[in-house]
Amino acid sequence: MKSFRIERRTNTGYEVIDLHGELDAHTASQLEETLQQLINNKKANIIVNFQKLDYIASAGLGVFMAYIEDVRSIGGDIKLTNMNSKVYNVFDLLGFPTLYDILDDEEKAIKKFLKEK
Amino acid sequence: MKRAATYHKKLSASTENLSRVRNFVSSQAKKHGFTEDQINDIRLAVDEACTNVIKHAYSYDDTKQFNVDLEFDSTALSIEITDFGIGFNPSKYEVPNLQRRIKQKKRGGMGIFLIQNLMDELTYDSDGDKNVIKMIKYRN
Repeated sequence: MKSFRIERRTNTGYEVIDLHGELDAHTASQLEETLQQLINNKKANIIVNFQKLDYIASAGLGVFMAYIEDVRSIGGDIKLTNMNSKVYNVFDLLGFPTLYDILDDEEKAIKKFLKEK
Repeated sequence: MKRAATYHKKLSASTENLSRVRNFVSSQAKKHGFTEDQINDIRLAVDEACTNVIKHAYSYDDTKQFNVDLEFDSTALSIEITDFGIGFNPSKYEVPNLQRRIKQKKRGGMGIFLIQNLMDELTYDSDGDKNVIKMIKYRN
């Protein structure tokens, strides 16, 4: 079993969350805690990097649904990057690409943030 | 005609078991010749169905149990997930409106929609004592 793991870092001033493994109804609470901590600290320019994420269920997408309004209300955004096609398909099926920025890599996410300033 | 191959698993209603169910279903589907893309669909559909059972039928009570039954034949994989908890009323189900849910900070309610998209057939049967969700994925 590939367990779920989160790592946090910054990239040129942006908060980056690296996701590893499998995100489901069991592991989603870990992501929720991480996002909640960032929001509590008013860190709202968030990039979530999916490069090492092998699998996502709707409970994982639900976390992004629950927090996006909070983040946008304090002037930030959650931008999603580096998804493999399997993970992207789930976001796509549920209509996320029209409401969330899903980008190829962190560089593109940062450019998008800069454009929005 | 070749007889169908059947597999059975009984699990407690804990989200910890979701990865176990996914691995069980994926490895059997692989053994029975389903493609990587089909296995991805099956794995997610089963996860969503089991998550619904754990969350809605049993309210995360891990003393309760549910069954996962697989049947492979020459044309398809049939999966039945049976619980003995609170039933789901399919007539009350609505296709999720993502934008509205985000505004209301609501999550969830997307599992059935995903299953409908990932599998070829989906039926739901409840007789008061038990609830059975049946999903079919055809080989071709």
